[in-house]
Order: sequence, then C-alpha cells, then structure tokens
Amino acid sequence: MEEKILDMLAEICGDDIVKENPDINLMDEDLMDSLDYTELLVEIETEFGIVMSPSEFTRDQMDTPNKIIAQVKARS
Amino acid sequence: MGLFSDAGFFAAAGALTVPAVILGIKEKPIGMYGLAVTLFFVIMASKAQPISLIYMGLYCVLEYGLVRGMIPAVKRFGRNGYLYWGFILMSLAPLIVYKLTGVAGHSVFGFMGISYMTFKSVQMIIEIYDGLIDSVRPVEFVYFLLFFPCILSGPIDRSRRFHEDYITVRKKQDYLDMVGTGMYKFMLGAVFKFAAGSGVYQAMLWLGMKNTLGSAIIYMYTYGCYLYFDFAGYSLMAVGLSYMYGIKAPDNFNKPFLSTDMKDFWDRWHISLSHWFRDFIFSRLMMRSIKGKWFKSKLTAASFGFIVNMGVMGVWHGLDIHFIMYGLYHGVLLSLTEIYQKKSKFHKKHKKERWYLGVSWFITFNLVMFGFFIFSGRFTQLVGIE
Repeated sequence: MEEKILDMLAEICGDDIVKENPDINLMDEDLMDSLDYTELLVEIETEFGIVMSPSEFTRDQMDTPNKIIAQVKARS
Repeated sequence: MGLFSDAGFFAAAGALTVPAVILGIKEKPIGMYGLAVTLFFVIMASKAQPISLIYMGLYCVLEYGLVRGMIPAVKRFGRNGYLYWGFILMSLAPLIVYKLTGVAGHSVFGFMGISYMTFKSVQMIIEIYDGLIDSVRPVEFVYFLLFFPCILSGPIDRSRRFHEDYITVRKKQDYLDMVGTGMYKFMLGAVFKFAAGSGVYQAMLWLGMKNTLGSAIIYMYTYGCYLYFDFAGYSLMAVGLSYMYGIKAPDNFNKPFLSTDMKDFWDRWHISLSHWFRDFIFSRLMMRSIKGKWFKSKLTAASFGFIVNMGVMGVWHGLDIHFIMYGLYHGVLLSLTEIYQKKSKFHKKHKKERWYLGVSWFITFNLVMFGFFIFSGRFTQLVGIE
C-alpha cells in the first residue's frame, strides 16, 4: 500500500523526490497545491475504496508523504 | 447596540469578559457563561429590529432540526445525492429567501450574521454526510452558531475545531497565554479599524470622490487600504475576544498586500472564507469532475473550478452587478494564474528569483486593488454600468 501511495504522489506532484524523501513538506516545496490534493483524494478512493473528504484534515496533517500514508493506513 | 462599533458594546464586552477570565484562571469551563454573554449581546444588538430575533430563533431551530435529522438519514441512505443536495438546499433556504426578497424590494428573514451562520450550518451538514460528525448537542450547536465575537462578520470557524476548544478546560498558564495573545490581537484590531481604517477612509473622502481619472485612482488605492484595515481590524478584535472565551477562532488575514500571486492572495485575505470555499465548493467540485471525467485537461478543469468557486463567492456578497463582477474577476485571474504557472517556461525558470517575485508582487498588488475597486461599486458607477 505504501508503494502505491508513493507512486500516486510521484505522479501527481511530478517529482520522484516524494519517494526519496518521504518527510518532505509538499506545501512548502511547492510540490502539491489544492488541485493536486483533490486529485490525490480521488485516486485514494478509486484505488483503495477509502473515502477521504477535503475538509477532513488540516493542512499539517497531510503535508508530507509519510503523514499521508499514515492517514490512509488508519482508515484501511 | 452596534457590535464592534458602539462604545457601549466595548464597555459591556470589557465588563462581561472579566468573569470569563476569572473562570479561565480558576480552570473552570467558560462555555455556559460564554453562551449567556452571547445571548445578551444578540438581544442588545437586535433591539432596533426585534423581529430579527424571531427569525434568528427560527433559523437555529431549523438548522438544528436539519443537522439532527441528517445523522440518522446518512446512516440509512448513505452517500445519496438527493439527501446531500436536499439537506444543503434546506439549510441554505433562509439565506436564499433573505437575499431574493431583498432584491424584490423588501427583505424578509434577515438577522445579524445570517450570511456567516449559513456557512457553519452547511459545513456541519456536509461533514455529517462525510461521516466526520456523528452527534450534535443543541446547546453547543447554538453557541457555535451565535458565538458573539464572530457573529457579525466571522471569522468562519469549523464545528469540530470549535468543539475541541469548547470541551477543553485549559491549565491556568495556557489560558493566561491565550488571554495575553487575545488582548494583543484585540488592541491591534482596534488600532487597525479605528485609527488606520478611519484615517484612510477620510483620505478617500477628501481626495477620491471626484469623477476624474486621478481621483478614481486615488479612490481605488485608498478604498483597498480602508477595506483591509477595517475588516482585518474587526477580524483581529473578533479573534482576540474569542481567545478570552477559550476559543481559538481562526485568523482571517495574513499580510495580504505581500501576496506574490493571486493564489497566494487568497491564502492571505479573508482566509476563513476562502478556505471554506476551497474545502466545500472548489475541492468537491474538482473531485466530482475528476471522477466524472468531465474535462480532458487538468487546466480546463481548474479554470472551471476557479470561476465557479469565485463566482459563487461574488454572488454570496450580494446580487449586485459589482459583486458578481468581483467574483468572476477573481475566478478568471486565478485561472489565468494557474495556466501561466503550469505552462510558462519563463515562470518555471525564474519563479524563485527576487526580481521576478518583485514584479510578480507589483502586478498582484495592483490586480488586487482593482478587484476592490470593482467590489466597492465605484468602478461600475463610474463606467455607467450601475
């Protein structure tokens, strides 16, 4: 599951650095914006059947690859 | 009694907040007392139009009924589109009735804060639908809706965040830190609104009211600055006061005139509103469009999203032409910004360089000011549209 999520992120952010450094801050490094975030939520739902809504998390709960992985795992 | 404008309000708020601070220092819950103070101010503010109190009461009953009804409905019917839109429309009904009857000539069902309270109700309906909220207590619900520091014009808080503060009894030192921060914000807000805002407003009146190009330009910049100091000042006072009651209401402004592009601007101006729209309209619309494969290109999807999102934002302010224009203006600007940033090699090459950021800031600042010029109604007035 972790691998899949990192692959998704790399594709959405357009940069493999998210795989190399899973604690990188996606917002600060301009890797992910609001649009990319919604795309991510849709892919998580499509791939894992896990529904995560846009208002569910604060930005700092989902701003690194590791945090995202943790949140998805917690719901699986 | 005008909240945040009459001297009587400030005197009463000052006196009535003392027991709240005492409760906080003694590490006792402040919620019930805060609700009592809220009801006091709601009554005092409605004295000129007592019927608005009845409307407000009906509104609270309606919204509570919807929120309570939504919870078992979601358990029974799941993620059903009719359920979702049905409840949202019922929740929006009071605001829609108020706005439409206003356009027709005689507005009905209005009360202080109706536009802002609607955001809070709709947020709860949507989050119940999403399974993020599964219970609602009536007293806390009413307090969340009417919370007096924020009732007039926000900031727009979120129910789950409010709930955490509401049930938390802080340690004395933590609470005192909050009081200190709150007092600082309140004082700063007062200076913003009553000193800076009023001063700039006077300048606008002296120098910006003639029907000449020069005067219009002065109007544009002074109005923009006035709007900031007035609204950011009010927001700071609202947030500061909320801190005294143990509620960390979200900040509404973050040095918006430092924005380097339009997307940055909406992260710095009327933040609670912009984030609400982002989370409950823009993001959901984008997700629907991705799932439904409405658009071939991500950029077309984004442009559609920005224009709809900001268009609704404009209309929420009012059904006047200048408000509609304001929304569409920002929607188009955001779309153009997105297209430019994603497609321009020039941008990608220079986006971190100081000179580029400087030019970017200058352009953004002026686009923002022109947007406020539209918002003020003066632009459409001068060009004869309104």
